[in-house]
Amino acid sequence: MTERFPSPFEVPSPEGASDWTSLYPYGLVFSEDRKDYEDSVFWFQDGMHWPDPLPPWDASIIDLAFGALSQYNSRVFIVPPANGLSVRLLNGYVYLSPVPADPADIEKRAGMFMERAGYYFMNWNDLYDKWMLKVRALVGRLEAIEIEPLPDFEDFSVVQEGHGKTSGFDLYKAYNDLLTAVAEIWNYHFEFLNLGYAAYLDFFGFCKTAWPNIPDLAIAKMVAGVEVDLFRPDEELKRLARLAKESGVADAFGSGDVETTCETLKGSEAGRAWIASFEESAEPWFNFSTGSGFYHKDKIWIENVEVPFDFIKNYIDKLNKGEDIARPLEAIHAERDRIVAEYTELLASDEDREAFQGKLGLARVVFPYVENHNFYVEHWTHSVIWRKMRAIGSVFVKESFIEQPDDIFYMHRGEVHDAITDLYTSWAAPEPARGPKYWPPIIKQRRAMVEACKKQKPPPALGTPPEVITEPFTVMLWGVTSESVDGWLGAADNADGSLKGMSASPGVVEGVARVIFSPDQIAEVQEGEILVAPLTAPSWAPIFGKIAATVTDTGGMMSHAAIVCREYGLPAVTGTSFATSTISTGDRIRVDGNTGVVTKID
Amino acid sequence: MSTTMWFQSYWPGMKADVGGKAASLGEMTGAGLPVPPGFAITTGGYRRAHDEADLDATLARLLHGLNTEDTDMVSRVCSEVRDAIRTMPLPGEVEAEIRRSYDELCRMADTVNLPVAVRSSATSEDSPDASFAGEHDTYLWVRGGDDVVDAVRRCWASLFTDRATCYRVVMGYEHRSVEMAVVVQKMVRPKSAGVAFTLNPSDGDRSVVAIDSAWGFGEGVVSGEITPDNFLVDKVLFEVSKRNVSTKESEFVLTDHDTVEKVDCDAAKASEPSLTDDEIKAIARLARSAERHYGSPQDIEWAVDLDLPDGENIILLQARPETVWSKKAPQRITEGQNPSDFMASIVSTLVNPLHARKK
Repeated sequence: MTERFPSPFEVPSPEGASDWTSLYPYGLVFSEDRKDYEDSVFWFQDGMHWPDPLPPWDASIIDLAFGALSQYNSRVFIVPPANGLSVRLLNGYVYLSPVPADPADIEKRAGMFMERAGYYFMNWNDLYDKWMLKVRALVGRLEAIEIEPLPDFEDFSVVQEGHGKTSGFDLYKAYNDLLTAVAEIWNYHFEFLNLGYAAYLDFFGFCKTAWPNIPDLAIAKMVAGVEVDLFRPDEELKRLARLAKESGVADAFGSGDVETTCETLKGSEAGRAWIASFEESAEPWFNFSTGSGFYHKDKIWIENVEVPFDFIKNYIDKLNKGEDIARPLEAIHAERDRIVAEYTELLASDEDREAFQGKLGLARVVFPYVENHNFYVEHWTHSVIWRKMRAIGSVFVKESFIEQPDDIFYMHRGEVHDAITDLYTSWAAPEPARGPKYWPPIIKQRRAMVEACKKQKPPPALGTPPEVITEPFTVMLWGVTSESVDGWLGAADNADGSLKGMSASPGVVEGVARVIFSPDQIAEVQEGEILVAPLTAPSWAPIFGKIAATVTDTGGMMSHAAIVCREYGLPAVTGTSFATSTISTGDRIRVDGNTGVVTKID
Repeated sequence: MSTTMWFQSYWPGMKADVGGKAASLGEMTGAGLPVPPGFAITTGGYRRAHDEADLDATLARLLHGLNTEDTDMVSRVCSEVRDAIRTMPLPGEVEAEIRRSYDELCRMADTVNLPVAVRSSATSEDSPDASFAGEHDTYLWVRGGDDVVDAVRRCWASLFTDRATCYRVVMGYEHRSVEMAVVVQKMVRPKSAGVAFTLNPSDGDRSVVAIDSAWGFGEGVVSGEITPDNFLVDKVLFEVSKRNVSTKESEFVLTDHDTVEKVDCDAAKASEPSLTDDEIKAIARLARSAERHYGSPQDIEWAVDLDLPDGENIILLQARPETVWSKKAPQRITEGQNPSDFMASIVSTLVNPLHARKK
């Protein structure tokens, strides 16, 4: 008998959300129309990027993102065994299914792949420079989009300068430009990513063959960059903490209240200089989400100054205690060189050493992209997109379509387009728009449905799992392996009550658990506790100086979060699936980052 | 020449003064291979005692006209010589220096009457005397200054075993020219002990140290009488990558009459790991140092000493070359591939991913 997960068509709708499919574009949900296909493949839940049910507009990113991922495998680089990923929503949660290439085509595809991917590898740095320019230009265009309420009468300049178009059109275009930008940034996101992972996997495979017992961490350390843009926001916080102390304004942070702190700072020359310096760091580095960047509700530092202020205050406290908060760059460099030299020494032949150096070299060329893209896309660009969407939300509020700007995220992609058209044409006529009567009850009902979806835990996977999970990116990025799938099937009830996950960062620690479900709870984490969360985001970096270990429900060894855990030298077990549902705050637990086992201690 | 030499202050120029055994212990200590701590009584110490007791006269008197064919006579005469050496008074400063060094060793181990091993250390390995090194004496579990001094004299006396004495007579060597150094070394009192390989014995992976460990003395691990805990430690990051804690139903302990015997292990202790993580890492570092020092994979015996402070309590008992995997020709990882053709390698990585390969 084959063990299997429920079919997508067997999972009941959450109580109070029977009509949940109305929240999303029709192509994103399971349906009878594609049942034959959807029921024949294996789906796993992506709780790493989307731990919570998605509000309707937030789902706009998903199909565009996975479309972008898939096209590079299937249409651009022609990855020999793998096409893309199918994506569906079920009860508000995201499910993915790898689409394999026909095994008969692998040889033909390999030829194309070698030519095309080979070109990218050979020209990586030039292409990456271009990438950076494209992304910065895109963010510049996004920032330049102006979103204004519609005026009673157009300015005279519209006539004088012969604009030939109006504010109504501008609003219409602004939204279309925003949507285009989402598609465009996600095209860029995956331009390099799959190739970067492929080169890393190749180096990884070499190391595991040469030294079957090499810790994953050792491989990651040989490749990891020392100065990484993803760490830059945290570095800026440290810089600002030092500046506050050096310029004598650190006391202003004593109150713990942003407004009082700002008032105090504004009262002195040094304080004003500090604020100016903060603002300089903030663009772009504090366009940093406290979550994965995929939810409109994720707090962004630049818009929630209390978040970076609180971290800065923590750093000031550390400085006051005489602690060194700087990253020891020279030591990190030296350690990286030592590790490489010692493993090189363990190889037996010149050919192996040559292959090792070559693969390491390529992995290091591609890795800055793997490490950095996250800041530029999920944090910076997304921050601007959420901001601009809220500005459109404000226009809707003014026209009584919705009650608060964030209500806009309860319309889905096409519906916002329809609503803007409604607003534009009724403004033009003028006549009553339908929106003010149409939207408020729908949005109220949808908010309730998303809440209802939250109450029903999603199955970790759907359908019949393959004997072996072979899709390389699924394993590397999502941590989905044949082993973890077996674990899901056996659920959490291991004989000894322990949880098994990925050994994402080594070390063994015992301590008190702090279970948190959202970034808003970060402040609850106490010194020395073990953080247990559905996932962690890179922007939580500053609390890693405080905690003893990390346990997450989701994520693989190269998940964005794992990179930061290793940087901070904390034991971490990721991808346990059940940590937040079986561990409670206050439980004493043992986290073994070497073996990936988490145990409750009585 | 001073009377004593600590292992850690050994340098090669002292070899003739301290003998082969002490020289080897000194060399290992200097190379960061922590043998049980101790010191040597140099040949200078022996010479001063020899001169003070006017041993030349005694030897001349007793050994005059020794007939090496007459085994009864040899046995009687040599026994008298040895008695003379065992009972000779030591020069005050020589005895004081031995006692001072022993006291210092007791202080290091924070133990009164620290048990030590006292062994002879032959000085002239190039000379025929070396072939009698095995006959020189070893005294284990010696406690207290008086007994140490006594054991030192007994070691000296072992220069005059029947066979060595006859050999010198036959070869025409002078009895008064032979000298002996003595080693005084802490007896290891292991909390736990075992063996370590500088590669993984199950797959030949040279990037790890494999450790087998059990409570008490290492006899049970070496003989296989006890199923030990097993740990795998990465040689570069010194992370413990695998741990297998077994139920160690018995352990080897020291009895009241200084023998090592197997006893039942307390049930709670039996299933506890016999090493802490810090100890595991320290043993791995020790094994790696031995491998570097000797230039080939090693198979070592080690112990965690109860008497020594943390950081100094991991002791190397023996190191010998690993013989199984070391003899196999190393396998090329890139066998059949062009090491510079990275695209072919990436394609094969993608088509045949590591986690799906058959082990």
